[in-house]
Amino acid sequence: MIALLTRDMRLAVRAGGGFGLGLAFFLIVVVLVPFGVGPQSALLSRIAPGMLWLGALLACLLSLDRIFALDHEDGSLDLLATSPLPMEGIVVVKAFAHWLTTGLPLVLAAPVLGVLLNLPGPGFGWLVLSLVLGTPALSVIGTFGAALTVGLKRGGLLLSLLVLPLYVPTLIFGAEVARRGAEGLAVTTPLALLAGITCGTIALLPFASAAVLKVNLR
Amino acid sequence: MVLRVTDMGVARGGVPVLEGVSLALGPGEALVLRGPNGIGKTTLLRTVAGLQPALGGEVEAAPESLVYAGHADGIKAALTVVENLHFWAQVFGTKDISRALETFRLGPLTNRQAGALSAGQKRRLGLARLLVTGRSVWLLDEPTVSLDTDAVAMFAGAVRAHLAAGGAALIATHIDLRLSEARILDLAPYRAAPLAVEDFDGVFL
Repeated sequence: MIALLTRDMRLAVRAGGGFGLGLAFFLIVVVLVPFGVGPQSALLSRIAPGMLWLGALLACLLSLDRIFALDHEDGSLDLLATSPLPMEGIVVVKAFAHWLTTGLPLVLAAPVLGVLLNLPGPGFGWLVLSLVLGTPALSVIGTFGAALTVGLKRGGLLLSLLVLPLYVPTLIFGAEVARRGAEGLAVTTPLALLAGITCGTIALLPFASAAVLKVNLR
Repeated sequence: MVLRVTDMGVARGGVPVLEGVSLALGPGEALVLRGPNGIGKTTLLRTVAGLQPALGGEVEAAPESLVYAGHADGIKAALTVVENLHFWAQVFGTKDISRALETFRLGPLTNRQAGALSAGQKRRLGLARLLVTGRSVWLLDEPTVSLDTDAVAMFAGAVRAHLAAGGAALIATHIDLRLSEARILDLAPYRAAPLAVEDFDGVFL
C-alpha cells in the first residue's frame, strides 16, 4: 500500500500529473474575487472565510475525476484489483494520495491567500484548522464519486453533480468555523460537527467506494 | 491441481456467452483457449481471475496463486521501466526484478520512460510484470499482441521456464505459440444457448 502511495505521489508530480492543478485554480479564484467585488475591504473581510472555503472546495472538485480514470484507462485498476491489496485499502490510499496532492497544498496556501481577501487577524488560525479538518472529507467523498463514475466516458459532469450535494455539510460547517473564528465568536459546535463529518466519511465511505468499484470493474 | 474450473457459465454485459466450461490445470501444464471473436475468452479469463462474478460453477485455486494479464498492460507512461516493475514487485511483496528484465531483454531500456517505449516493448514490460509477481498460475489474454516473432519466441521461452518451475498458464490466443506441451481447448462447443424470450426482462434486472 505504501508502494501505491509513493507511485501515486510520483505520478502526480511528474509531467502530466495533477499536482498544482487545484492549487492554481484556487489561486486564480481568490485573486479574481477582489477584482469582482471592488475595493471595499470591509465587505471583503466579511466574505473572506466563505470565499476561501468555496475556492478550496471547487479546486478539490476539479481533480477528482483523475483519481481512478487514469488507472482504469491503462488497465492498472484491473491488475490492482487482482493483486493482494484489498480493494478498501486501494481506495483509502487513493483518497490519501489525493489529499496529499490537492488538499494539503490548499491548506498551506489558504493563509497566504487570506491576506488578499483581507481576512481578519484572528481568523487565520481557525481557517487553517477548519481546512485541515474538512479537506480530508472532500477527498474521501470525492473518491466515492470517482469510484461511482469510473467506467464512464466523460463522467466528469456526472461526478460533479453526484459529489456536490455531499460536499454541502462540510462546506457549511467548515465556512462557519472560519467565519466565527474571524469574528471572534465561539467555534466549538461547528468545529465538532465538521470533525464528526470527516471522521464519519473516513470510517464508512471507503467500504462503499470499494463495493461500487468492484461492480464497475465487471 | 493448481486450478480447477467446474461447470462455469459466464456473461458479458448481462448476456450469457459460455456455459458448462470445465477445465483443470496441474503443475507444469498450459492450456490454450481457442475460439472465434466474441466467444468469451476474455470474459472467461476475467471471471476466473475474480474480476466479475460467474453465472454458475466454481473456480478452485490456491489462495493468492492467480495473476491476470489483460489487453492493457497497466503501465504508467510517466514512470521508467524499472519504476513500473518495482511498483508491481512491491505490490505483490517480492523484491527481485532482475530476472524479469533479463527474460524479456529490457536491460537496455531500464531507465527509459515507459511512455517512450514502442508498442512491442510496452507489451514485453507488461509480460515482465508476470515474473515479478511470483504467482504460479498465469491467466493471459492475447499476450502476443504487437510482439514480433523474436519476442513471441522470447515469451514462449518464458512460459516454458515458468511451467518447468511448476507453474501453470491459461492462455487465450489466436496465434501458434509453438508450445508443444500446451493442450488446446476450443470454446465453441460451450457457447451459451440463446436466451428464451420469457427471460428477456430478466437480463436487464
